[in-house]
Amino acid sequence: MKFLDLFEEIYSALLANKARSGLTILGIVIGIGSVIAMIAIGQGSQSSIESSIQSLGSNLLLITPGAQRGMGVQVSQGRGSSQTLTKDDAEAISSLSSVLAVSPEVSGRYQVTAKGTNTNTTINGVVSAYPTVRNVEVETGNFITDQNVKSMSKVAVIGPSVRDDLFGEDVDSSGVIGQTIRIKSINFTIVGITKEKGGSGFNNQDDVIYIPITVSQQYLTGGNYVSTIAVQASSQEEMTVLQTDITTLLLDRHNVSTADFSIMNQADIVATASSVTNTFTMLLGSVAGISLVVGGIGIMNMMLTTVTERTREIGLRKAIGAKRKDINFQFLGEAIMLTFTGGIIGIILGCLVSFVAYQFFSLATQVSTFSVVLSFGVSGAIGIIFGYYPANRASKLNPIEALRYE
Amino acid sequence: MIECKNIVKTYKNDSGEIVVLKDLTFSIKDGEFIAITGPSGSGKSTLMHILGALDTPTSGEYLLDGKNIADFSDDELADIRNKKIGFVFQSFNLLARSTVLRNVMLPLVYAEIPKQERETIARLALKSAGLDEKHYNNLSNQLSGGQMQRVAIARALVNNPTLILADEPTGNLDTKTGEIVLKTFETLNREQHHTIILITHEKEVAEHADRIIFIRDGVITDDYKTKK
Ligand SMILES: Nc1ncnc2c1ncn2[C@@H]1O[C@H](COP(=O)(O)OP(=O)(O)OP(=O)(O)O)[C@@H](O)[C@H]1O
Ligand SMILES: [Mg+2]
Repeated sequence: MKFLDLFEEIYSALLANKARSGLTILGIVIGIGSVIAMIAIGQGSQSSIESSIQSLGSNLLLITPGAQRGMGVQVSQGRGSSQTLTKDDAEAISSLSSVLAVSPEVSGRYQVTAKGTNTNTTINGVVSAYPTVRNVEVETGNFITDQNVKSMSKVAVIGPSVRDDLFGEDVDSSGVIGQTIRIKSINFTIVGITKEKGGSGFNNQDDVIYIPITVSQQYLTGGNYVSTIAVQASSQEEMTVLQTDITTLLLDRHNVSTADFSIMNQADIVATASSVTNTFTMLLGSVAGISLVVGGIGIMNMMLTTVTERTREIGLRKAIGAKRKDINFQFLGEAIMLTFTGGIIGIILGCLVSFVAYQFFSLATQVSTFSVVLSFGVSGAIGIIFGYYPANRASKLNPIEALRYE
Repeated sequence: MIECKNIVKTYKNDSGEIVVLKDLTFSIKDGEFIAITGPSGSGKSTLMHILGALDTPTSGEYLLDGKNIADFSDDELADIRNKKIGFVFQSFNLLARSTVLRNVMLPLVYAEIPKQERETIARLALKSAGLDEKHYNNLSNQLSGGQMQRVAIARALVNNPTLILADEPTGNLDTKTGEIVLKTFETLNREQHHTIILITHEKEVAEHADRIIFIRDGVITDDYKTKK
């Protein structure tokens, strides 16, 4: 039997039973579609979590005052509550090997006013290394310089949210440079505006004002204390060693045996977060996988019913010259055609669902070629596996018994 | 050339074994036009299935063109049926959801005849079976019994078989259409020397053949040449 004829037989057999073929295809569509959508959503949230962690800076160690708690992931409210870290600690750390840059920071929330408007925001006392370490870019103007820190200039760099809050959404950024804002009745001149970074909740990096750390310590927080020391390691591999070095150094400097500070390693955070999202992706994927198997069983069920129903037809075909492989290929072909049609529609549906999730629920979904290839392969395999048994059964029927079948 | 040597066919059912064909021995030469006749239940259809290599005897030998059917594989038998044998089944066995043309073309599909030629051949076969052209694209389950019978006959003729096995081919036809079909068989026999085995229980139909084999309860009770 020629391939084209085989195809025509398959095609017309499936069309002859539209409702049943349609429902069987639907089972596969749901299976494949959910595998693709679930993996896309899972991988999307994984990469968005990873990139938002990376956007805080790369190869970062965050040292905060106060003892270590739990896994070392601390909520920001805990920071700065005790006063064990100083700017001198930061200077000491910067002389360690494999340290690229050190950024001591002191932060607090204050009321800020400008030309009659006011807002409550985070004031971050920083040094010039801050943008490098924390991965912050300046859009207009300049960042705080070493000179500013040394001479305690009352200058400020503001985040885009603060600019919008104080000067209105549609203000020209360059017009804001040189304007004066008041924090705790002290006038600061705006010298720069940072680039928008996004982020949300407690971690909105756009709703912040940077001033020289010396000014902050002198006029806002008082004392030599800092609330965070961010250390950038020269490479990812050095981070663990550097973490131990810093611990030893600080224990020694503070002259204590148990740490009165805690160190968060960015690599650890990324690893923890991605293992969580990995589990999440796998969970979603396996639920979807189960529905794919159910769809496959649907195909097998349909094919077995078809073979039984069409026993006389099979007998007739064999009587007039159909060979085993002709019958085998016909029924196997029907199963494969069902799964392939279902697979293709499922892939389209899965992409559509991912797209909708991206558009309307701002889930950063990613349809990976891997999941498309995987589910296409799986759908083909399902067609072959679940179609093989019924097809093989049909091909082995004795023609005369099949013809007598009622 | 057909040779049957001591053919026995038994069926098992709940109440034991029934012997349908009891030790049949006979031969049919190429180009013969034979009628097998006998009362209902005598084993005619069973014999036809064996002669058509669709079924195997319980014991005994069936030689088709000198070769024992038992020596062939399933697929080889399928090939023989496709190339050499044309069946008209007593119950037609048409594909209900396919059109008349598709039904008739089906043996040609398995014979891998090019698509363009199939329809021409099928139309010729339908014509010699006497089916009106306006039914060619009807679904086969929308036909009358007689029309179905003619489609079944056309399907048996379409692959130009050297052996035609027809089980009650005129059973559902009026005398006039029946005559057309029988004429077709006669012509095939006279002009193309195809072997024709016609199963019937009507004496007048059997008389069209050159030789009549009479079966009763699975035994040949008579085997004679007609006068013509
Ligand atoms: N698969 C089967 N299982 C059991 N018995 C069978 C089977 N097929 C046929 N028979 C029996 O074999 C006998 C002969 O059947 P067959 O169909 O050959 O008769 P027939 O001569 O063609 O009759 P008719 O003229 O009515 O068509 C019948 O008694 C029937 O009951
Ligand atoms: Mg019969």
